[in-house]
Amino acid sequence: MSKAKFGVVVFPGSNCDHDAYNTLKHILNQDTEFLWHKESSIGDRNVIIVPGGFSYGDYLRCGAIARFSPIMKDIVRHASNGGVVIGICNGFQILCESGLLPGALLRNASLKFVCKNVTLNIVNKNTIFTGAYNSSQSGGPEKMIIPVAHGDGNYICDKDTLKSLNDNAQVVFRYENNPNGAIDDIAGIMNKNGNVLGMMPHPERASEDAVGSSDGRKLFESVINSVN
Amino acid sequence: MHEPEVTLELAKTFGLIEEEYNRILDILGRKPSYTELGIYSVMWSEHCSYKNSILEIKKLPRSGGRLLVGAGEENAGLVDIGEGLAVAFKIESHNHPSAVEPYQGAATGVGGILRDIFTMGARPIAALNSLRFGSINSKETDVTRTKYLFKNVVKGIGDYGNCFGVPTVGGEIYFDESYRDNPLVNAMAVGIVKHDEVAKATAKGVGNPVFIVGSSTGRDGIHGATFASEEISEASEAKRPSVQVGDPFTEKLLLEASLELIKSGVVVGMQDMGAAGITCSTSEMSAKDGMGMDINLDFVPAREENMSAYELMLSESQERMLVVIQKGKEDVAKKIFDKWDLNCVEIGTVTQGPNVKITYHGKVMAEVPANTLVLGGDAPVYVRESKEPAYLKEVQNFDESALPEPKDLNAVLINLLSTPNITNKNWVYEQYDTQVRTNTVIMPGGDASVVRIKGTKKALAMKTDCNGRYVYLNPYRGAMAAVCESARNVACTGAIPLAITNCLNFGNPYKPEVYHQFREAIRGIGDACKKLDTPVTGGNVSFYNESPDYAVYPTPTIGMVGLIEDIDNMVTSYFKNEGDIIAVIGNVNCSNSIGGSEYLKQQFNLVKGDAPEIDLNSESNLIKTLVQLANAKSINSAHDVSDGGLAVCIAESCMINRTLPIGCNVNIKYAGRQDFCLFNESHGRAVISFDKENEENVKKICSDNSIEYLNIGKTGGNSIIINKEVNIPLEIAEDAYYNSISKIMEN
Repeated sequence: MSKAKFGVVVFPGSNCDHDAYNTLKHILNQDTEFLWHKESSIGDRNVIIVPGGFSYGDYLRCGAIARFSPIMKDIVRHASNGGVVIGICNGFQILCESGLLPGALLRNASLKFVCKNVTLNIVNKNTIFTGAYNSSQSGGPEKMIIPVAHGDGNYICDKDTLKSLNDNAQVVFRYENNPNGAIDDIAGIMNKNGNVLGMMPHPERASEDAVGSSDGRKLFESVINSVN
Repeated sequence: MHEPEVTLELAKTFGLIEEEYNRILDILGRKPSYTELGIYSVMWSEHCSYKNSILEIKKLPRSGGRLLVGAGEENAGLVDIGEGLAVAFKIESHNHPSAVEPYQGAATGVGGILRDIFTMGARPIAALNSLRFGSINSKETDVTRTKYLFKNVVKGIGDYGNCFGVPTVGGEIYFDESYRDNPLVNAMAVGIVKHDEVAKATAKGVGNPVFIVGSSTGRDGIHGATFASEEISEASEAKRPSVQVGDPFTEKLLLEASLELIKSGVVVGMQDMGAAGITCSTSEMSAKDGMGMDINLDFVPAREENMSAYELMLSESQERMLVVIQKGKEDVAKKIFDKWDLNCVEIGTVTQGPNVKITYHGKVMAEVPANTLVLGGDAPVYVRESKEPAYLKEVQNFDESALPEPKDLNAVLINLLSTPNITNKNWVYEQYDTQVRTNTVIMPGGDASVVRIKGTKKALAMKTDCNGRYVYLNPYRGAMAAVCESARNVACTGAIPLAITNCLNFGNPYKPEVYHQFREAIRGIGDACKKLDTPVTGGNVSFYNESPDYAVYPTPTIGMVGLIEDIDNMVTSYFKNEGDIIAVIGNVNCSNSIGGSEYLKQQFNLVKGDAPEIDLNSESNLIKTLVQLANAKSINSAHDVSDGGLAVCIAESCMINRTLPIGCNVNIKYAGRQDFCLFNESHGRAVISFDKENEENVKKICSDNSIEYLNIGKTGGNSIIINKEVNIPLEIAEDAYYNSISKIMEN
């Protein structure tokens, strides 16, 4: 079995790249490297994190330019070969723009940026991203406290897509109190194959009690377990 | 290109006075060119030269403590925090731009102060803002414009900081009609740098190349510094083009590229371009070590066509830096900026001096001695007339005993908790990314915010403070209070106050009454800083905060940074457990005078009396006590008594942890009037809570520091109970405390 080798993509304007790197490298002690957006290959990295931030300033539609970065071609190849890709916040937007995930992210319904802790329901625990949350004895949907920090987190998709997301159990996280107007309270989804995850909340910011929550750690631990 | 003829009249329209124009003639021995006149007018504007304030500012304690770089020596002061690290921090105003174009004005204020930090080689770790607006809920006046200003200033700050990727961790916000036409937007940034990676703002080594890096230069912000040096009026709207436009994305790239460049070791000197753009950076860097520069404007990357030398020199386009590189290492710099897709263009060389020579299209457009342009050189310095304002005696002559005593103290407290000055500012802070870089361990809303330093046990506590109402009533005492409150705030978290930066917002300095406020405030800051051993690392003066209808309260905003050596000893401001003892420590037997209080304003619509009493000795002792209590792990919470007095302080301690509020039952003995006891804002007090087993220990630490201690009750229950008269269910208090601003702003 291969071991998890994380690659954290750095676009111009990424600003949660260091947070993801720090969580993986120094808190979870994983083999982690940055991947510069101008590179054309992800090299030996087998888990790709597309981090949060404002790639290219998000002056056009969020993520619309980043998807054309050289590194993205190889990430799409990696994903279509079943490789693991996690897009967080701006990363989620980029994955939607690049077609790895369905739907899109609109401006928040409030038209304001929102940064606060929210409660998520983990609605699908049988994924490579949530396996470690399955230890709950209650059997009910496990919850996590996790920060959101975005201006464009209002997930939207057409009716058929929503139906297929639900039918295929692709909705992984839902907000308990929707902070942005996302359809069906969707906070995170995966692709049909279950190897690409996109989510607006920040698990890398919720991996230590010192910063308010460590509920996000299990997400990375789930991935590490499934890859190792 | 044809340039207008230079005359005294033209000089006056540029903001120069006759005496200054004659001084230019003397210096040059000839009439200045149009470009030269522009250069002198911005460099000698109040904003760049501090000509009306420098003599007073020099009276502030500018050395001592852990200061590595003192005020005015570099772009920001530098304070040692051990382990080879230093903290760089500074606060600066962007009031005038924000008054006419709130979104860009506030955004570029943030951008400018961030550049001041990373131009020194420091990575910004936090941003704070001190904001003042008119009333947002006045029934007498139209609040539409004030709400527009507030909303867009907050959005501008958020959008810039969020995109740049620095957590905006707090500050403070006040609302008062005096700020109606002239809001105050003071932005502060804090950064960390290794001692051996500090970059200096200097030009040395004849022949070394001078580069402009970052954004291209456009016509935005021309004469911004001059605009900042006059009063706001109807005509100010026409100065909208003087407001710069921010690009946080480019700033983020500039940050990464600049830090990489500094680490590469090829930088001789570096300075950001803020006010007065290329003019200011070339002349200040040259004057620093007595050098000169030859600059060829033909090479400056321009955003617009046909820009004149005058426009290129005075543009305040954002996200640019001037860098002097070691000769022969040009390619190292170019490669780094190429990686980040930024301009990096050689525009000149360092010369023996003393002149900065500007060439454009093969013609010398300006040639002036650098030293004659800058603060500390030959820029004018004035002694201004000062006269005690007549209003001071009038407002201080006030008999508070004649005020009717309210019957329902519950209603008074609920009203205070919902008043915009006291109520929780979550509506604002949730629009800021408070967490990016995962170092924010105390979020805004308590006393100081705290940001940890990864790889160490250390953390920095930071806060801005200034109650302008106090300074209005008593400039000396009010300014002392701002320093003391900021020190108390950081000490409540367990941090030792290190140093301050200040942003001195006043009216027109040519009015002797305004100058009196300014001088007295400086004296107050100086005395407090000396007593607390918190030197001034630098800051900014903002005069002319006036409109035809209003002069702002004199507002010397203090930005304080404190050091927590061991983050495990950090203390937060909210009650933790049921059954903990609650005590007031410090100036327990205060006079209970309610002069200048929020209570007096809200209940009686009065701004009268003297500013609340303050005693520097007991402040200093209280701060030591709070730090010792934290390090002894004796207490579970500490919250300083400030706006709204003891009752508000206690209520906040119950509610600041929104996910787990805890009630209280306290009994406060009082002589005289209960309302005065509960709501007066006397300084030097904090409310703490702790396990009952720790009481002897707490009392001992207090008495060791000659600090009074008063057990007032216990935590627990679902209500805030104070004496017999106050009993408020937590959910009612929480609604008042958390939802008031959103109710005002979302309707």
